[in-house]
Amino acid sequence: MARLLNVTLNGRRRTDAVEDNVLLLDYLREIAGLTGTKTGCDGGECGACTVLIDDTPTLSCLTLAALAEGRRVDTVEGLAQGGRLSSVQRGFHEKLGAQCGYCTPGLIMASEGLLRRNAHPSEADIRAALGSNICRCTGYVKIIEAVQHAAELRARGEAA
Amino acid sequence: MNEIAAKRSIGGYVPMVDGPDKVSGRAKYTADFATPGALAGRMYRSPYSHAEIVELDVSAALRLPGVVAVVTGADCDKTHGVLPVARSEYPMARERVRYRGEPVAAVAAVDEAVAEKAVSLIRMRVRELPAYYSAAAAKAQGATDLHAHRPHNIERDVLFELGSVAQGFAEAALVREESYFCAEVCQNQMEMHAALAEYDPVRERMTVHASTQVPYYVHLMLARILDMDASRIRVIKPHVGGGFGCRTEALNVELIAALLARKAGRAVRMVLTREETFITHRGRPETEIRLKMGLTKEGRITAVECECYQRGGAHSGYGIVTILYSGSMLYAIYDIHNVKYIGARVLTNTPPCGAFRGHGTVDVRFAFEALLDEMAGELGLDPFAVRRANLLTAPTFTDNDLMINSYGLPECLDWVEQASGWKERKGRLPRGKGLGLACSHYISGASRPVNWTGEPHATVKLKLDFDGSIVLLTGAAEIGQGSSTVLVQTVADVLGLEMARIRIVSGDSDVVPKDNGSYSSRVTFMVGNAAIEAAENLKKILVAAAARKLEARPDDIECLGELYRAGAQDKGVSFNDVVTEALKENGTITVSGNFSTIRASHGGKKYRGAAIGGTMGYSYAAQVVEVSVDEETGVVTVDKVWVAHDCGKALNRLTVEGQVQGSVWMGMGQALSEESGYHDGLMVTANMLDYRVPTIQDSPPIEVHIVESNDPYGPFGAKEAGEGSLAGFLPALTNAVADAVGLRLHELPATPDRVFAVLEKRRRAAGAPSSASRKAAAVPAAGRAARG
Repeated sequence: MARLLNVTLNGRRRTDAVEDNVLLLDYLREIAGLTGTKTGCDGGECGACTVLIDDTPTLSCLTLAALAEGRRVDTVEGLAQGGRLSSVQRGFHEKLGAQCGYCTPGLIMASEGLLRRNAHPSEADIRAALGSNICRCTGYVKIIEAVQHAAELRARGEAA
Repeated sequence: MNEIAAKRSIGGYVPMVDGPDKVSGRAKYTADFATPGALAGRMYRSPYSHAEIVELDVSAALRLPGVVAVVTGADCDKTHGVLPVARSEYPMARERVRYRGEPVAAVAAVDEAVAEKAVSLIRMRVRELPAYYSAAAAKAQGATDLHAHRPHNIERDVLFELGSVAQGFAEAALVREESYFCAEVCQNQMEMHAALAEYDPVRERMTVHASTQVPYYVHLMLARILDMDASRIRVIKPHVGGGFGCRTEALNVELIAALLARKAGRAVRMVLTREETFITHRGRPETEIRLKMGLTKEGRITAVECECYQRGGAHSGYGIVTILYSGSMLYAIYDIHNVKYIGARVLTNTPPCGAFRGHGTVDVRFAFEALLDEMAGELGLDPFAVRRANLLTAPTFTDNDLMINSYGLPECLDWVEQASGWKERKGRLPRGKGLGLACSHYISGASRPVNWTGEPHATVKLKLDFDGSIVLLTGAAEIGQGSSTVLVQTVADVLGLEMARIRIVSGDSDVVPKDNGSYSSRVTFMVGNAAIEAAENLKKILVAAAARKLEARPDDIECLGELYRAGAQDKGVSFNDVVTEALKENGTITVSGNFSTIRASHGGKKYRGAAIGGTMGYSYAAQVVEVSVDEETGVVTVDKVWVAHDCGKALNRLTVEGQVQGSVWMGMGQALSEESGYHDGLMVTANMLDYRVPTIQDSPPIEVHIVESNDPYGPFGAKEAGEGSLAGFLPALTNAVADAVGLRLHELPATPDRVFAVLEKRRRAAGAPSSASRKAAAVPAAGRAARG
C-alpha cells in the first residue's frame, strides 16, 4: 500500500506517495532522483548508502522510507551550500579521501554525522565513527586525514 | 610587475580534477543514469558446478506479464575472451555449464520484481558431470575435461630453465625448499558490476554504458558477440567505482545486457548484486607454489627453482598471461641466474579468475621473499644485507631479456631501514612484536598488448578552439586511480598553462581516440608519453603563430604559458591572441600525440610466452611491516607500515601516495583476512561480511616515501605507482610474524585460525599441552634464540 511520506530532504520539505515496503535508499535514488547515495552490497555490509536521519548516520538500505516520516534526511547532495563545498567535502577532495568515489558519499555522511556531534574528534573517534564504512581504494589513511582536515576547516570557520 | 612564469603542475600535491563531482554526489556511475523506459535485466545462473544441459525451459518466464525478452545460450554462439588465443567463454552457457553461478539465461522485464519472478520460472534439466574444485583434482589422471580443446584441464603449462639450476645449487652454501599456499582473493571493488545497454532498432545502433576498465575491449567483444559492425556500437565508460583488475576484460553482464537490449528493441539496465559481482569474479587464483633456492654464505642467490599451480576457474580469461607473469617476474628485481620455472594454469569448476592488481606476481613474490628471509636467518644474515647482496645495476637486461633502465630499489631499502628504526629495533622488540622486510616490483604497462594490432600503444588528441580552452581527448579509463588528473597535469605543464585551461573528455567511443584501457599500470607511462607528444605538437603550432605575430623566428619564441615572447625584453603576446592567430589558417586546431614501446622492451624468445613481463619501466618497492601477534588467539595485528616506492618521478605526489597506500592495504587484506570459500562449488563468501575486507579499525598507518629514479623513457621520468607495492606486503607480514614469535607462515591469509593452528602445532611438538600458556610457547626458534 502506498502512503504519503513527508520528509525534510536536504533542508526542503517534500511529500511523495511511497509504497510501505520501499527502502529509504530506493526512495532517495528512484523517487527523489538523488543518486549520490550508493548501493554497494546486498544489505548492511558496506556503508555506501549511509545518510543522516535527524543528524544520525543511518544505513538507508536497511531503513524503510516510511520510518523517515516527519524527520530530516540529509544526503551528500545537501552538504554544499551556495555552490561551496562543505568542510567534509573539501576534506575528502583536498586530502584524497576519495579515489574511485563510490564509497565516498557514505563516508562523507558518516563523517558529517561525527562532526555534528563531536567537533574535535580524536583519531580513535574517527576510526570508531567510520568503522562500518568500507573503502576499497585508499587504505583509509587519507580518509582519516580528510576528516581531520574537515574538522580544522570547521574550527577555523572556513567551511560549513 | 610580477615576473611572468610558466605554470608547473607536475610534481605537486594535486587533488583530482574529478574530485568535486565525487564528493558532491554528482559523479554518475553506470547504475545512476535515469533512462526512462529502461527495462530491468536479471540473469538465471547455473545451480550446478558441472553439467550437460539437457533441456532449458524459459516458456513460463516468457509468458509472465511484464516480461519483454528472454535470451539464452541459443541467442549467441560466439565466444568471448580477452586473449585472442583463448576465447572459450559464451556470454550464456551452451550445452554445458562449468561453474555454479555461470549465466545460462537472462530476462528483461518492466521492473526488477517481474524480472526476478521470471528468472525463478526458468527450468533447466541437466546431466551432472564430475566437478573439480582444486587444481590437483582437475589435472588428476582420468578427470573429465572441462573444455575439449584443453586436455587434462591444463589451460597452459610453462617450462623454462635459463642457466643451470643444478650447477647453481651445487655452488650454494645453503639450499632450501618450501611449499607455499595462497587462497583465492577477489577485487571486491565498491561498485557492483552494471551495464546499461540501449538499442536503437531504427538505426540499428547499440550504446552501452559499462563499469569497465577497458572500454575498447568491451567494444570489440560487443561487436563479436552481437555480430554487429563495430561502427554501429558506442561504448561509454562513466565514473567507475574501482577495478583492481576485475574489469580488464569484457564481462558477461555487458554482453548479456546488450543481447537483451537488442532482442527487446529497447534499453536494458542490468545491475548485479554483490553476490553476483563476486561470482563474476576475475580475482587472483588459489595458488600452490614450491620454491627452491640456493644462497652463498654471503647471501648471493645462486639458483631458483619455482613450481606454480593456479586454480584458474572454468574459463581462460587472462589465465595464460597470469601463469607466464608468475614465471617471468621472478626476474627484474634481483640479479638472478640459473632459474627454472614450471607453471600450470588449471581449469576448474569455479568462477573464472582474472588479472587482480599485481597480476601474476603477488603469490610468487610472497614465496620468494619469505624463503629468502628464512634462509638469510639461517645464514645469520640481516634481511637487508641479503637483499643488498643481490641488487641489479641499471641499465641491464635480465636473462629472460627484460629491459631495465632505472632501478631505485637500493634507495627504497635505505629509506625503510632508516624510517622503521630497523637497526635499533630489530630483535629488540618484546616477544609477540616483530618487524619484517620485503621487496616487490611491477611493470609500467605490457610492452606488447594482448590485442596486438600494430597501432600505437596510446594516442591522445588535443582540441584548441576560439575560446582558448584545450580539450584533452583520451580513451584512458579513469577508474579512481587519477589518470584524468595526471593527463591534465601533463598537458598543462608542457604548455605552461593553469590546469583549469584544460578540460578532459574520456571514455566515450564516439568522441575519444581508442585506448587499450586501464590495466597493467600502463596509463601514466604510455598515455602520459602520448599526452606529452600531443602537447609538444600543439606548442609548436602556437609558437609558430606567436612568431608570425611578433615577426620573430620560431626558435626565438619563449613560451610562458599565458604569454609568448621573443626574448626577455619583449612584452610579448597573450595566449589568447596567439590562439586567435593560430586559428586563422585552418580554424579549430586538433593535434595528436602517440606512444609506442620500443622493440628492445618486448621481452625475448627464449621460451614460449617470453614476451610476457616486457615493459619499458619497472617500479620497485620495499616495505617494513611491524606486527603484534597474540599467541593465545592467533590474532595478527599490523601496527605500522613503512613503504618506499620507486615510481621514477611522482607526477602527482598526492595520488602516488594514495595508490601506494591502497596497494599496501590491499596486500594486507590478502595477507590477513581475505579469501573466497566454496561449498560444492558454491561461493559461500560472496558478501562483504564473510569476505573479510579490512575496516578502518583494522588498518594501520602507512608511511609512504617516494623514490625518484627518473626513468629515461617515462613521461617526465615516471613509472608506475599503483601496483608495485602490493606484493611486498604479504612476505613482509609473514617475515614480521617470524620475527615476533619465531614461526614461518607458509599459508595465507594468516587468519587467527590458521595462525593458531601453527602455534598449537609448535606447542605440541615441544611437548606442551595444547592449552599451552605463553610460557610453554617460549621455545627458542631460529633467529629468536640469538636475541639474548
